[in-house]
Amino acid sequence: MAAGRAARTRLNGLFAVYKPPGVASIRVRDTLETLLLKELNSLEQPTVPQQVRFLPTTVEGNAGKELTLTVTQLPVLAAHPLVKGPEFTHLKIGAGHRLDTKSSGVFVLGVGHGNKLLTDMYNAHLTRAYTVRGLFGKATDDFSDTGRLIEKTTFDHITGDKLERILAVIQGTNHKALLMYSNIDLKTQEAYELAVEGLIRPMEKTPPLITAIRCLQFAPPEFQLEIQCLHETQQYLRKIVHEIGLELKSTAVCTQVRRIRDGFFTLDNALPRTHWNLQNIRNSIKDSKIKVKVGLQRSLSHQARSGKSHTDMDQVAESELHSTEGTSASDLTQNEITTC
Amino acid sequence: MAFWARQISIWCSSVKTSNVANSIQRLRKTHRTWMQLDELSVLSLLCTDNRFLQRGLKTYRPVSLGSRLQSTNSSNGQIVSSESNLLSPVNHYQQQAEVIPSSDTKTLYEVWEDTPPSSALEEISEEEAVQIVAEPPLPLGSFTLRDYVDRSETLSKLVLLGVDLSKVEKRPNAGQLLLRLDFEKDIRKRLLFLKDVGVEDNQLGPLLTQNPYILAVDMEALETRVAYLKSKKFGKEAVARMVSRAPFLLSFSVERLDNRLGFFQKELGLSVQKTRDLVVRLPRLLTGSLEPIKENWQVCQVELGFRRNEIQHIVSQIPKILTANKRKLTETFDYLHNVMGIPHHILTKFPQVFNSKLLRVKERHMFLTFLGRAQYDPAQPSYISLDKLVSMPDEVFCTEVAKASVKDFEKFLKTL
Repeated sequence: MAAGRAARTRLNGLFAVYKPPGVASIRVRDTLETLLLKELNSLEQPTVPQQVRFLPTTVEGNAGKELTLTVTQLPVLAAHPLVKGPEFTHLKIGAGHRLDTKSSGVFVLGVGHGNKLLTDMYNAHLTRAYTVRGLFGKATDDFSDTGRLIEKTTFDHITGDKLERILAVIQGTNHKALLMYSNIDLKTQEAYELAVEGLIRPMEKTPPLITAIRCLQFAPPEFQLEIQCLHETQQYLRKIVHEIGLELKSTAVCTQVRRIRDGFFTLDNALPRTHWNLQNIRNSIKDSKIKVKVGLQRSLSHQARSGKSHTDMDQVAESELHSTEGTSASDLTQNEITTC
Repeated sequence: MAFWARQISIWCSSVKTSNVANSIQRLRKTHRTWMQLDELSVLSLLCTDNRFLQRGLKTYRPVSLGSRLQSTNSSNGQIVSSESNLLSPVNHYQQQAEVIPSSDTKTLYEVWEDTPPSSALEEISEEEAVQIVAEPPLPLGSFTLRDYVDRSETLSKLVLLGVDLSKVEKRPNAGQLLLRLDFEKDIRKRLLFLKDVGVEDNQLGPLLTQNPYILAVDMEALETRVAYLKSKKFGKEAVARMVSRAPFLLSFSVERLDNRLGFFQKELGLSVQKTRDLVVRLPRLLTGSLEPIKENWQVCQVELGFRRNEIQHIVSQIPKILTANKRKLTETFDYLHNVMGIPHHILTKFPQVFNSKLLRVKERHMFLTFLGRAQYDPAQPSYISLDKLVSMPDEVFCTEVAKASVKDFEKFLKTL
């Protein structure tokens, strides 16, 4: 009887699952809740408590039939599982950064007390990494290959280094915007310390920013990119693919958006659909506990320090004009790919 | 009880005497019937012919006694009000009792001859002492059957039979129906009838959970319906199977059943024997609505492009197609036909692919394409039949069909 309740109280923390494409993320969350509830309810052994009752019966006494009270122990049917219903009907499971229906990848969920950690993860403003597959030659209305076709173009003129050039331009402009939104004067000692520790990034809500973008595969018409970004949506990434096509004087649609990292959770931590059960989720929570704690502490200290160095927008613009894009930018981006 | 009688008399001094006399008489009667039932049976039923209690049981929302006072304005309502007033401000009336001078009370008592006052310190016989029931009073209205299950013989026997009361009480009016029935008089006959039809003991519980209203159907109606089914040449085991798998079957009238069987024969164009097999295989078809079935039939013919005899073959193998979701059916067919390139005749041979989830089919097909083993044409070598693709569990599929390990399959799932 206590096994189910003990399991429920101990089920607190963050874990990641691999969301398959074509399923809404809310459905994934509901499916997990149903699975966990079923397992928790099955752990409970149905024991019905007994109650001592005094019941009037007719007993053969001295002067014919007599009414006496006899002591019997009867089960209290009001506590029978068929009358009470299942023990657990609801679990608090919260979803982290959602993925839309067509995309797939690492999807972080919190259960029980872990929901508070979800808010902390949101406020830590960590980056996320995606692999995006694209196809040259088509343009559709919703930038993906299942939308309504608008335009078809040739793509023979596209070469690998043209693509690399476009990607470098995108990375550069986004990096400028990143520094601008971070509100940090690059000439201070604090800025140097923050850069040494990890990525200088804005600690409040901003428009989507790409911190790093590179090409993994190029085999026309298909190509694959790896994008690390902040505050993005999957539709924004599809739009980026479309714009890359336009910049290369052709068109492109996005065929796959897949998240490979969300903050501290990578593909190795994510549970595939065949592993969605109570035991695996508990192990996953245990494994990622320390990582989450350390990471959140680091980002909280980063937040405290970057909050102090608040400068005017004019000063930041001036410092941008003076700062060199070449060495410092690429060093910073290299840093954040490895450490974050 | 004597104490209460005195309290009633004191409180009723401000009310019309005739009304009060009636109400007091009825209250005494009800108390007497409760007690009598307790003497006779161990787990006694609530007094079913007690209209006053029934009115309280009709409402299954957590309603306070106060609000129900406003709804009932007959003399029954006055009983409720008198009881409630007795239960809550008992202390208040105790004080009042001391204040009113004894001469007034004596004149009042002279009017009602059959209520002699008795003090709580009176000595009573052993028999009466044994009859005093010290259990807490039953709530007059409740939204759950948990409050009544311990004191009601019907409900306890149903629980021991396996009926899930927590699900039954969610159905409209089902809880009140169960409370009103008597096990010996009504339920036993119907349970024995169902056993005669062939329903097994362990299936009686789930059947009653799904359809508690069957306990309110007339015995003659039940018998005519079973006789009708037997006249249509359904065997005894077939009828038993149909009744246990479609709990609402015997709640349908004979004309309705006739209409449904006629519909399946005409619309689907099946022979009599095939219709019988179809209905025995999925008795839910008879109890569900017919509109979705008509639409699914149209979808199969027009959108999916199957010929009439192909649809008949599919339906006789997998009757669930008729009740499937239209959108999911078209999506699955679209993937199978256009992406996997499987022609109609192979789909007709293996209709169980329509029964499975689209995501499962997609993942397995993509894994086979990745391994280069996606061959669904029987003429070519290393052919994989569709039922092996879909019906096997993951481990068997990975080792036998894909010839890879389960870990590789999981790694591949993470790249989709």
